Amino acid sequence: MTELVGKELVVVGNGMVGHRLVQAVRDRDTAGTWRITVLGEEPRPAYDRVALSSCVDGKSADDLTLPAVSDPLVQLHLGDAAVALDRDARVVRTASGAEFRYDALVLATGSVPFVPPVPGRDLPGCFVYRTLDDLDAIMAAAERAVAAPRPGRRSAVVVGGGLLGLEAARALRLLGLSPQVVEIAPRLMPMQVDEGGGAVLRRLVESEDLQVRCGVSVTSIAEDRGRLIATLSDGVELDADLVVFSAGIRPADGLAREAGLPLGERGGVLVNSACRSPDPHIWAVGEVAALEGRTYGLVAPGYAMAEVVADRLLGGEATMTPADLDTSTQLKMLGVDVASFGDALARTPGALEVVVNDPVAGSYAKLVVSDDAKTLLGGVLVGDASKYATLRPLVGSPLPADPVAMIAPGGVELGADALPDSAQVCSCNAITKGAICSAIADGAHDVPAIKACTRAGTSCGSCVPMLKKLLEQSGVEVSKALCEHFAVSRAELFEIIAGTGIRTFSELIAQYGRGRGCDICKPAVASILASLGTGHVLSGEQATLQDTNDHFLANLQRNGTYSVVPRIPGGEITPEGLITIGEVARDFGLYTKITGGQRIDMFGARVEQLPAIWRRLVDAGFESGHAYGKALRTVKSCVGTTWCRYGQQDSVGLAVALELRYRGLRAPHKVKAGVSGCARECAEARSKDFGVIATEKGWNLYVGGNGGFQPRHADLLASDVDTDALISLIDRFLMFYIRTADRLQRTAAWIEAMDGGLDHLRAVIVDDSLGICADLEAAMEAHVANYSDEWRGVLEDPEKLERFVSFVNAPDTPDPTISFVSERGQPVPVPLGLPGVRA
Amino acid sequence: MTAETIHTAGTVHDAPSDIRWETVCLLDRLLPERGAAALLAAGGEPVQVALFRMVDDTVHAIGNIDPFSGAAVLSRGIVGDRGGVPIVASPVYKQAFNLITGQCLDDPDVRVPVYPVRIADGWLQVGIP
Repeated sequence: MTELVGKELVVVGNGMVGHRLVQAVRDRDTAGTWRITVLGEEPRPAYDRVALSSCVDGKSADDLTLPAVSDPLVQLHLGDAAVALDRDARVVRTASGAEFRYDALVLATGSVPFVPPVPGRDLPGCFVYRTLDDLDAIMAAAERAVAAPRPGRRSAVVVGGGLLGLEAARALRLLGLSPQVVEIAPRLMPMQVDEGGGAVLRRLVESEDLQVRCGVSVTSIAEDRGRLIATLSDGVELDADLVVFSAGIRPADGLAREAGLPLGERGGVLVNSACRSPDPHIWAVGEVAALEGRTYGLVAPGYAMAEVVADRLLGGEATMTPADLDTSTQLKMLGVDVASFGDALARTPGALEVVVNDPVAGSYAKLVVSDDAKTLLGGVLVGDASKYATLRPLVGSPLPADPVAMIAPGGVELGADALPDSAQVCSCNAITKGAICSAIADGAHDVPAIKACTRAGTSCGSCVPMLKKLLEQSGVEVSKALCEHFAVSRAELFEIIAGTGIRTFSELIAQYGRGRGCDICKPAVASILASLGTGHVLSGEQATLQDTNDHFLANLQRNGTYSVVPRIPGGEITPEGLITIGEVARDFGLYTKITGGQRIDMFGARVEQLPAIWRRLVDAGFESGHAYGKALRTVKSCVGTTWCRYGQQDSVGLAVALELRYRGLRAPHKVKAGVSGCARECAEARSKDFGVIATEKGWNLYVGGNGGFQPRHADLLASDVDTDALISLIDRFLMFYIRTADRLQRTAAWIEAMDGGLDHLRAVIVDDSLGICADLEAAMEAHVANYSDEWRGVLEDPEKLERFVSFVNAPDTPDPTISFVSERGQPVPVPLGLPGVRA
Repeated sequence: MTAETIHTAGTVHDAPSDIRWETVCLLDRLLPERGAAALLAAGGEPVQVALFRMVDDTVHAIGNIDPFSGAAVLSRGIVGDRGGVPIVASPVYKQAFNLITGQCLDDPDVRVPVYPVRIADGWLQVGIP
């Protein structure tokens, strides 16, 4: 291609593949050859459509948004569909009449849902499931149905039992409806799973409160007293509050069709293996492309097409390879693991099938091998897909072991060395084992580093276990050592301290460490000892382990003074309490500020003033707020039913109870919480380590959120639980976190690093899969029973009080370096000069 | 004064002859491996010294001002070791300082003053130039 600077590239469609194409062009086009205009029909930025149903269990539309390509060479023109294409003039026109001239045009319009032509399909209450707007409409209708004043269960009919249909059913179930799935094929997921796998899948999803009808179709839909009746081909009538069509997709190829471009037999813009149409200026990628006649409804082949076109636009010669068209999938359908890879349905002539079917355990596994039983061609896994990460990359390679042993329970465990270098480990991004191994050799020594430099594991994540195996195999030892004094991790140290009964740092380091300790291991051990209930944090040797904040039970500020925060549970405070805080601050010359956790921080206290300040506060009924500790900080709340017209539960009452229950609880990092009285979420509970949101029936519990450097929304752990069940769950969650997290690891990072993530956490603390819940709850009960105020503990102990002096030889002389000036009516520190110490 | 010992933990503590010894407190007033600040005077100017009693009852004295923040807080840091070198970690931005030489381990160009220390009859004394 000739180097014409300033050529115009127009991309029609702003879905996942269109977005990837823009990214791929910008990554390669360092000379700025192409100016890119993206025309999107939806008004919002590109988002992860594959994760659509996660919007129902807590994610917001923003969570799904793909990283923006912010670049002066890229213009987004959204909320305005392209409606006409003039190939002679090389111009695209949009619905609003805007015109865009192109040197190259990439069609990435995706597809539209296929709605079978049944009578009544346009009635109110009938929906399709493809975009965020579709989902919003479904959610609103489900909410109306649930709120309708009538008895009986709310139900929905899902037309189509494929991948999309089961996703829709999952979303509907989470919205409180009973879904009934109608699939015209004799089994669920007919494109991915064979008959045996389909039968196991059906049994597993039916046990998840889902009704399945296979081998029938919907023939009509009628309205009946505000509800819908779907009549099936076998005469059965299903009544439903809503009907969702997810019976497949059709390429959105209207623009190409009207412009006279040739289409595939089953629709789609016909393109060659370079994704180019017969018009040399027009390309197609993703679901709208009929690549050599065939369309692909998965994102991975779409991404591969985007990469090919980007390469071609910049003068490359890339073409699609069979590996790029890999339609392997692994997913969790309503809690059931399903994987399908390679020639799953054994369409290769002479292919042999090896099946291990265990209906009792609820698992089905099949491998498809070549007629000489030497090469793996594909397979299906239902119920347990843990072997997917190892098996899929082996497709097309010689079998490393007996195929039955490879899928039988207790059979051979394949290591990473079974894979050839050419095997594609990450099929979403087409990354081979060879590429990952050379990244490891170049210094990528953990999974995040591999993700950053190869993009492997960044899309669906199913290959992450294989990335870990490759790391292990390459001999990269991931050090868990806490610091130079302890070769074990914080979690292991916790086990050691809990198991051995050792209660002093000296004894611990003598037996399990080396040296004298440092500012990493000492506070970590101090926190573990505190979590195990070893008395006041300043008792005996423990005092020497504490970070300065914990040592002075206050927060060190930049000029060497401290700030003081009394606990104000749930943010609820009496006028007398406010007056006390005001008087204390005034009398000690402290600066006051309202904190984000609904309490009051008093700044500028000198060490020797702290006991006198606490004395006044404690006498007025206050206690330490633990603002200085890696500990429970606050449980923020909105006013709830007591005052709010919209509140559904007493959020303040619960927040106060929770804060009093967990006050003083020390943890690997600070813990923040919130309680909102309704879904309007005024307490911002989802930005907390644990957040509770009231529902009509009880409480929803969210875990793993935080603000800060990397903000993250908490994920739904349990819904509609009553107060007792809620408290048990939080007890278990916090204790499990305290016992197993790394030092300074917030709950979000802890869950993310856990093998199995949120699902594993749920298994442990909701389903008690490890049998430790009773123990966790007992540990929390012990904490609650042994709590005492740390400030009062100092005030009542002359030996501890003795440490709160400015100078050991001049106890009441203020530190001469500290001084204040007045700003906006309050004292603020005079900036400190730095001594000339540099050589 | 009887039972006088000069702690010379490393050669840098070799005390010059014209230093003045100021008595600070009884040794037992200091908690092992936990610092304390003392206010002394050198030529009429106030000097803040951070004192650290180790488990073997030796005592180190360094300047109390943290050179990275300007705050007089080094006595409030956590005491420990790095590769066997006794250190205190500044409580402000966590840089480690060698308790024997005053040198910062994280930025070798930075150094805080060190002072000689001796124990006389259970009394801790710091040598001021």
